[in-house]
Amino acid sequence: MELHEHTIHSLEERLREGEITSLEITKAIFERIEAVEDRVHSYITLMRESAFESARQSDRRREKGETRGPLDGIPVALKDLLCTKDAPTTCGSHILENFMSPYDASVVEKLRAAGAVILGKTNMDEFAMGSSTETSYFGVTRNPWDLERIPGGSSGGSASAVAAGECIASLGSDTGGSIRQPAAHCGVVGMKPTYGRVSRYGLVAFASSLDQIGSLTKDIEDSAIILGVIAGHDKRDSTSLPEPVPDYRKFLGRGIEGWVVGIPEEYYIEGIDPEATEAVERAAEAMKELGAECREISLPHTRYGIAAYYIIGPAEASSNLARYDGIRYGLRASGRKQLIDLYRSTRAAGFGAEVKRRIMIGTYALSSGYYDAYYKKASQVRTLMKRDFDDAFGICDVILTPTTPTAAFRLGEKIDDPLRMYLSDVFTLPANLAGIPGLSLPCGFTEKGLPLGIQLLAGYFKEDKLLQAAYALEKALPRDQRRPAL
Amino acid sequence: MEFEPVIGLEVHAQLLTNSKIFCGCSTKFGAPPNSHTCPVCLGMPGVLPVLNRIVVEYAIKMALAVNCTINPLSEWARKNYFYPDLPKGYQITQYAYPLAEHGWVEIETNGETKRIGIARIHMEEDAGKLIHDEKIPVSYVDMNRAGVPLIEIVSEPEIRSPEEGADYLRRLHEILVYLEICDGNMEEGSFRCDANVSLRPKGQESFGTRTELKNMNSFRNVQRALEYEIKRQKYILENGGRVVQETRLWDDAEGATFPMRGKEEAHDYRYFPDPDLPPLVVSSRWVEDIGRTLPELPSEKRKRFIRNYGIPPYDAEVLTSSRALADYFEAVAARCGKSKAASNWVMGDIMGHLKEDKLEMNECPVAAESLGDLIKLIEDGTISGKMAKEVFEEMWRSGKEPAVIIKEKGMEQITDPSALEKVIDDILAAHPTQVEQYKGGKEKVFGFFVGQVMKATKGQANPTMVNDILKEKLGAL
Repeated sequence: MELHEHTIHSLEERLREGEITSLEITKAIFERIEAVEDRVHSYITLMRESAFESARQSDRRREKGETRGPLDGIPVALKDLLCTKDAPTTCGSHILENFMSPYDASVVEKLRAAGAVILGKTNMDEFAMGSSTETSYFGVTRNPWDLERIPGGSSGGSASAVAAGECIASLGSDTGGSIRQPAAHCGVVGMKPTYGRVSRYGLVAFASSLDQIGSLTKDIEDSAIILGVIAGHDKRDSTSLPEPVPDYRKFLGRGIEGWVVGIPEEYYIEGIDPEATEAVERAAEAMKELGAECREISLPHTRYGIAAYYIIGPAEASSNLARYDGIRYGLRASGRKQLIDLYRSTRAAGFGAEVKRRIMIGTYALSSGYYDAYYKKASQVRTLMKRDFDDAFGICDVILTPTTPTAAFRLGEKIDDPLRMYLSDVFTLPANLAGIPGLSLPCGFTEKGLPLGIQLLAGYFKEDKLLQAAYALEKALPRDQRRPAL
Repeated sequence: MEFEPVIGLEVHAQLLTNSKIFCGCSTKFGAPPNSHTCPVCLGMPGVLPVLNRIVVEYAIKMALAVNCTINPLSEWARKNYFYPDLPKGYQITQYAYPLAEHGWVEIETNGETKRIGIARIHMEEDAGKLIHDEKIPVSYVDMNRAGVPLIEIVSEPEIRSPEEGADYLRRLHEILVYLEICDGNMEEGSFRCDANVSLRPKGQESFGTRTELKNMNSFRNVQRALEYEIKRQKYILENGGRVVQETRLWDDAEGATFPMRGKEEAHDYRYFPDPDLPPLVVSSRWVEDIGRTLPELPSEKRKRFIRNYGIPPYDAEVLTSSRALADYFEAVAARCGKSKAASNWVMGDIMGHLKEDKLEMNECPVAAESLGDLIKLIEDGTISGKMAKEVFEEMWRSGKEPAVIIKEKGMEQITDPSALEKVIDDILAAHPTQVEQYKGGKEKVFGFFVGQVMKATKGQANPTMVNDILKEKLGAL
């Protein structure tokens, strides 16, 4: 096995045993990046020099016995909407091309403090708006399993980088499925924690009430390791909650005997690929064998999810993106004498079509006279969906669903059909609307050899249960040693 | 037809907190441009607001002082609009669920007390400031003010005249300053007022079309703008026209209001709850704790001054115009026990001298206790009122105690009857002609004798005694 194929925990062990150094791992990763990046295009910015410097520092700490924990010396990638003061933060947008943040995001501070080696900033749909990473201003990212297909999105670069071995793990953000959907398409583990579990300070906002930072990793244990580092209250984020952070790794390997796994009937929708359904059935079988009981449950308001999501998300986005006005930072259209012209031409040139579409939808939904019919109604739907989950978790420990209706689609297949594109998130966005944690883990392949994912959901702040179930399932599913043929 | 004005006022008051409402930057006025800024108040990508608790505390103080109900749950909202002084492209404010509602203040109108309802008080952040250089031409933006906390106090449309409007504003201003939560400086913009005005035929229930007036930076201008606008609307209505609903700017130099350009006011603010801030929960316990820290408010103080000191309402009004002045007066009155005399001295000599020397009350060189002593010295006849003025001048200059000044200058009154009798006898003997005239019925000459006595005693003779002795002696001649 080559170094770039390892997990965090296996490298952690080899580092501890003194078999390798962080510098060696980091060099191996950059060699891998050189070998595959022009085909995959996971990154917008690479931070080669500072990464090597961090790796050397980590090795020095290790020599002195001052290692900071499991992430020390591990090369990780960041979605390019997490602010870093030593590399541009573009959000995949022309309007923030070359933008340098004056500060590090809270999660970036935490990763640095944990000794992680930051490799670079990954490609993404512009301002995280998209499900294919095709709306990036900096070009498309390709799925390592099939370069003619999309990696999913919006955290497509973070997912493809993990799948292609261009990093050991990465951080992404999930507003409606932007971590879990690309994780499923790229055959990796993607986790969205509870809203408020991880500080959003320094995450460039798309939809503030839905956005949450999470990880893309090669397995569940790595997911537990990263969550342990990035979770926790932050006084700079008033929506982060002061819940204690348990040692998530402790819950792995405890099994799920006697647990109740809910399978919502509403998730068997028209248009779902039979192979996706089969993946869920495989997972259900495996969980039964682990001693869990699978029970059909109902989440009756699921069908309103997409409509509510595509009102609340754009509404918040229309306000969050107002600051990109060409006045203080970012792109500014030149030669404009009137203020209104400056605004218009800066934003016309700086934003892509999908971002403009959502700003317009959101602006419309919040307009006087329409607020009650759209935003307010959507918020009410949201409350009902939360109640659905509250009721469900009164009965079951975790919920099992497909992550996506289909495996990765072809580049260009849906980019001109926003409504079809929006359906990619149908199974993932309810967790964002409700604020609960969700996770996608690989569950076999399609006949064509594309990875499939299944999703597990748990109650508020029940990441421990989520990881416990996912770990058990991961171990129970048949091992498939396939790797992307790059 | 007789028209009745319907006026509602919106006051924005900057709160005197040390740091901004959603970040730790200083709120100090007058710092170099953009020196009091950070990623949060500059609206950099990825930042989040964190509420300053003191802002809520100050807002609750004001809400309690004007008899509002504090909502246990209120909500932050975003007001969306584009302007270069607004870094996030939205202002964080409160909209559907404000901090406080349903209050009132009392105003005086034609000698009668009237309650003006307060619809709501909410908190919000201030915007930055644009500085235009017309010569280049270029505009600069200074974000020092961005994020400075404001409260907006919205009255019910219950004000019926420009005078009432001005009095309502003075009351609010006075309370804010009393509470020490706002410096009340209208020129620097820490106390701003917008007005909504409409007219309706007297007796009609429903409101007419209103205009919104802005840019009035003094009480006087608010009153003038209201007067002008009422006249303007009346003229339109009387001539069969219709008032256009619009925002108008007061032009001080022209003494008139002019419509703001349409483009600038065609806003749909698209308010919605701010997802970055949880709803604001205010416990009744917190409200009670804050309530206990409220000082005596000006209206209560005025009533107490009239009741306890027996001073005229006018005096009470003047003396309670600031907390420092009221405290000073009370200290003087307590020392000398003569409230009316204390009031006269404070309102006359103290306030006059402060104004002349451009000093604040807390810079007054004469301690309240010293002034009290001076009044006592007059009352017990040690010095005359006239001499007291001279002593006061010296106290103002040197800060010395009145007794010390009197002693140094040998200014004690002569109250020894035998000493005065001797002086008077000498004067009568030296002026036989005038004595004859007096005896002949020319009583005016009495004043001449008093003058002579005062001259001979360098003004130190006790005037009452001089009068008595003179009368007695002349009568006996």
